[in-house]
Amino acid sequence: MSSFWSIWISVITLGTILGCFLLLRWCLKNKTGVKEGDDMHHEFDGIVEINNPLPRWWTIMFYATIVWGFIYLALYPGLGNFKGLLGWESSNQDIRSLAESKAAHAEDLANGSLNEYSRAMAAAEERFGPIFEAYAQRSVEDLATDQEALKVGQRLFLQNCSQCHGSDARGQRGFPDLTDNDWLYGGNPAQIKETIMQGRHAAMPAWVDSLGEQGVKEVVAYALSLSGRKVDPVLADAGKAQFAVCAACHGQDGKGNYAFGAPDLTDNIWLYGGSEMAVTETVTHGRNGVMPAWKDILGENKIHLVTAYVYSLSQDQ
Amino acid sequence: MKNVHEIVEKNTGLLVVMILVVISFGALVEISPLLFQRQTTEPVEGLKPYTALQLEGRDIYIREGCVGCHSQMIRPFRSETERYGHYSVAGETVWEHPFLWGSKRTGPDLARVGGRYSDEWHRVHLMDPRAVVPESNMPAFPWLAENTLDGELTAKKMEVFRDFGVPYTDEDIAGAQAAVKGKSEMEALIAYLQSLGTALK
Repeated sequence: MSSFWSIWISVITLGTILGCFLLLRWCLKNKTGVKEGDDMHHEFDGIVEINNPLPRWWTIMFYATIVWGFIYLALYPGLGNFKGLLGWESSNQDIRSLAESKAAHAEDLANGSLNEYSRAMAAAEERFGPIFEAYAQRSVEDLATDQEALKVGQRLFLQNCSQCHGSDARGQRGFPDLTDNDWLYGGNPAQIKETIMQGRHAAMPAWVDSLGEQGVKEVVAYALSLSGRKVDPVLADAGKAQFAVCAACHGQDGKGNYAFGAPDLTDNIWLYGGSEMAVTETVTHGRNGVMPAWKDILGENKIHLVTAYVYSLSQDQ
Repeated sequence: MKNVHEIVEKNTGLLVVMILVVISFGALVEISPLLFQRQTTEPVEGLKPYTALQLEGRDIYIREGCVGCHSQMIRPFRSETERYGHYSVAGETVWEHPFLWGSKRTGPDLARVGGRYSDEWHRVHLMDPRAVVPESNMPAFPWLAENTLDGELTAKKMEVFRDFGVPYTDEDIAGAQAAVKGKSEMEALIAYLQSLGTALK
């Protein structure tokens, strides 16, 4: 804040308090022209106004608030650039970027500043940091058998992941079931962690333009046949001939590819529904499944625990 | 001796004027300096003006009264930042006219909802919130998928925002209608939601 505005705020604030004081003094004087205790000659329904002084208790409280106002302004930031004798601050409000925010937080800690938010964060870090750090040192496989670690992981999951994958982690249409040991991007701990950290973006193109409606119908018939479904063999045969374009991602055998998040078409697990209509819709218009990246929101240590929880869900199968 | 106080007591007009004078001291000290502070007038690094589609989405957000249940203001408390991300700062809303900080959280804060869910999740959720969050009490907004935008006023809105100091270029404004025409209100709203809070994330 420039010194002009600092002075502006200080002068008006102090001036206002002084004004209140002078107003009180002025009001304590009898300027009515009527003697104290006498009738003011106002009458309404037999009720008369008497010229009484301001109540003493009320006057004392008014003085007390004025005194308190000065004490408060001395202790806390209220007068422009004056930070107050206590040096208290709510948070770093003049940061322009995350980097500045982190730098300001580090500076607060180094200087022992009384920034309320920085202190709360530091206290939490001191208390919970070592716990997460200890968990982070252990492997996901190990944590997946530790009930305490899984409890923490589950809480984090319910808070952040259940909105899409469901509170039971069984997913729903368009959002994968995490309990079935069928994986789009791989189910080993490193792959799961990578998925949560960086997010995933699947891109199944729309095929109706290049295959035509009949082509889509044929490819769908063939795709359904891969998981042992009864289909029109003529259509499926025609579809097989065109499956090469699908095989680029789903593989020649239709078993999918973790690199593209291309689902296994042979296992009869369907992310967007396995009815002929749903699969036709998928092939016709394509699908773009997105898993958001969580590394900036949760941080690696917490994600490590979420990974252990997710990994544990399909381990008893 | 004349009763001076009686003059104020018996002239309501004068009383009103004097009350306004007294109250204006609060505004002088609490509001007027904010109009000249770097914190409240300069954008944070990397803040981008809303695209034409996001701007239309913002108007739908206002029209549907989303602000009545969702705040866009993360307070600097650990309990809030653990859930929502970095606390909000004034530099993030310098181009908001009006700002949509809200004051009521029936639903969660949305200040940093951008990128937190996929577009598809938002679509399913707006069509029927219970489909993804069974305990949700948010109303469904299925008509957003049916209504399409014509974009006739989009350029005009952007011009008004430019007058307020939002750095829209001539190309932005020239291409505004084409950018939104034929898009559904659902797409616009999702585009807006996905942009929220991403400058400081």
